[in-house]
Amino acid sequence: MKKEVLEKLKQNPRLWELIERRERFSWTMAIILLIGYYSYILVIAFDPKLLGRPIKEGMVTTIGIPVGIGVIVFAFILTGIYVYKANKEFDVITKELQESVKDLL
Amino acid sequence: MKKALLLLLPSIALLAAGSAQVSGKRDLNISAIVMFLLFVALTLFITYWAAKRTRTAKDFYTAGGGITGLQNGLALAGDYMSAASFLGISGLVYLKGYDGLIYSIGFLVGWPFVLFLIAEKLRNLGKYTFADVVSFRLKPGPTRTLAALGSIATVLLYLIAQMVGSGKLIQVLFGLNYAYAVIIVGVLMILYVTFGGMLATTWVQIIKAVLLLAGATFMALAVMVHFGFSLEALFEKAVQTHPDGIKIMEPGGLVSDPISAISLGIALMFGLAGLPHILMRFFTVADAKEARKSVFFATGFIGYFYVLTFIIGFGAIVFVMKNPQYLDETGKIIGGNNMAAIHLAHAVGGNFFLGFISAVAFATILAVVSGLTLAGASAISHDLYASVIKKGKVDEITEMKVSKIATLIIGILAILLGIAFEKQNIAFMVGLAFAIAASANFPVLFLSMYWKGLTTKGAFRGGLLGLLTAIILVILGPTVWVDVLGNPEPIFPYKYPALFSVTVAFIGIWFFSIIDNSPEAKEEREKFEAQFIRALTGIGAEGASKH
Repeated sequence: MKKEVLEKLKQNPRLWELIERRERFSWTMAIILLIGYYSYILVIAFDPKLLGRPIKEGMVTTIGIPVGIGVIVFAFILTGIYVYKANKEFDVITKELQESVKDLL
Repeated sequence: MKKALLLLLPSIALLAAGSAQVSGKRDLNISAIVMFLLFVALTLFITYWAAKRTRTAKDFYTAGGGITGLQNGLALAGDYMSAASFLGISGLVYLKGYDGLIYSIGFLVGWPFVLFLIAEKLRNLGKYTFADVVSFRLKPGPTRTLAALGSIATVLLYLIAQMVGSGKLIQVLFGLNYAYAVIIVGVLMILYVTFGGMLATTWVQIIKAVLLLAGATFMALAVMVHFGFSLEALFEKAVQTHPDGIKIMEPGGLVSDPISAISLGIALMFGLAGLPHILMRFFTVADAKEARKSVFFATGFIGYFYVLTFIIGFGAIVFVMKNPQYLDETGKIIGGNNMAAIHLAHAVGGNFFLGFISAVAFATILAVVSGLTLAGASAISHDLYASVIKKGKVDEITEMKVSKIATLIIGILAILLGIAFEKQNIAFMVGLAFAIAASANFPVLFLSMYWKGLTTKGAFRGGLLGLLTAIILVILGPTVWVDVLGNPEPIFPYKYPALFSVTVAFIGIWFFSIIDNSPEAKEEREKFEAQFIRALTGIGAEGASKH
């Protein structure tokens, strides 16, 4: 990146807004994912019987089934939320920043 | 060269049909062979089409950067849904029930992680390989050498595992001699990659992903129809059939202690973010937005696929486990647990569908090894040859030539090693590939994008330390020390070393970076801001080529 492009971008408060909001959002999502996944793994490691209980008296299906499928759906929904928000909010600011230095490129 | 492609087709057909007839290992499966030949014909046609469009190095490495998010999502999913994961996970569910689901969840959760923290920055900083990103502000010599070593090690281990698995699978499915099977896979993969580059490799992967998803959907539906779409009814019947009874509905012994559980999770999650053939795919799309979309689609397809394999595994318990047609004299399943899905295909769809699934399994192997070979060849030609040896002073034509020669060498090596390892225990190889990806490639890539303090010395020494720790701990652990070398007790007690080797890598990189007070290190830290802004905004990033 050319020096003048960088300088111009750095003077733009929208850049700092993007950095702050975007990084915070990415890390929040990553931490939610880690908490969700590792809670599941730690239940399996420390108390596997918890997931082995039937969902209803007399049924074969255990709690582990909806929980496990739930983790898969949870992971997919998180990616959906991320893409939605990035497309809607962050891309607008990114476009704006790209436009602002277009003449210098 | 295009003529050569077309001429090869009939000879492969003859080879396949001929050896299937002479081998008595399994009845001649005509529908499987016909469908497989159709697939080969189609993919060679695509290679021919792609060859005409592959002129520049950018075309060769990244398909010109014009792949859409949906297409790349399918291709990424295709790279991940290997024959090993389709047959292996459904086989694991067949054997252990619920534990198979735990494994597939581990394989899936790496994807959102890659999306949130890696994919877009990678796309905005790199050109052809992830080493581009690592060497963005660090010295290319040492950092690219390390990244290339990590890539080649990961690719070769993965490739040998796939080759051996495919040889054995094709032997059972088509009744083809093991060596012939490995040679056919190797030759086709060399053709796709050398002539068609990333464009052909991507389309082969997309077609196979669609076929595999369609086949697995049909199987799962056929099972569910039988039980009136009630999972409870399916599970009930499976519990009655399986010797472990109700135990298959709860977590078993697969992840028994917390250390192993966490370590496996780290290996799968960070390993994905360090697999060179996956990372390379993010350069095939136009921009960060498409990169982002592609992970969304990939996560959806892979998640859906794992739900299907779970149903397929349970379906196999019901339809295969007690059916004498699929059992040998001792009552064991013919071909081993990994054949559960294949036998189920026959049980629910007859010979024709068995042929279809067999052909899809073969296609899956071809597509996955092609992607791996391309990633390995790129590490050699782009990272080692063009950047380290020639210091960037090389024209595109020569670089492409080197990468085609590298493809040929990797292909021949894969065939030879595939044959050499036929009777060896190779179960540790995929685990080791993931461990190296997580402990060497990932920490360096991740810190280069997020930590200002990273220096060349830190990245090189710390990354090397992670690489060595991963290899040593796998050798001293149960999978090699006990299972391969035959010692009674492992020196390192855990099967998955990632928790330790990833930690060593991060601490090593941190330590060797902070003690580095050289003028170069100062300069490298100063360059971080500009890199970070480009990573975030995409300003100055590589665009798609126009044609």
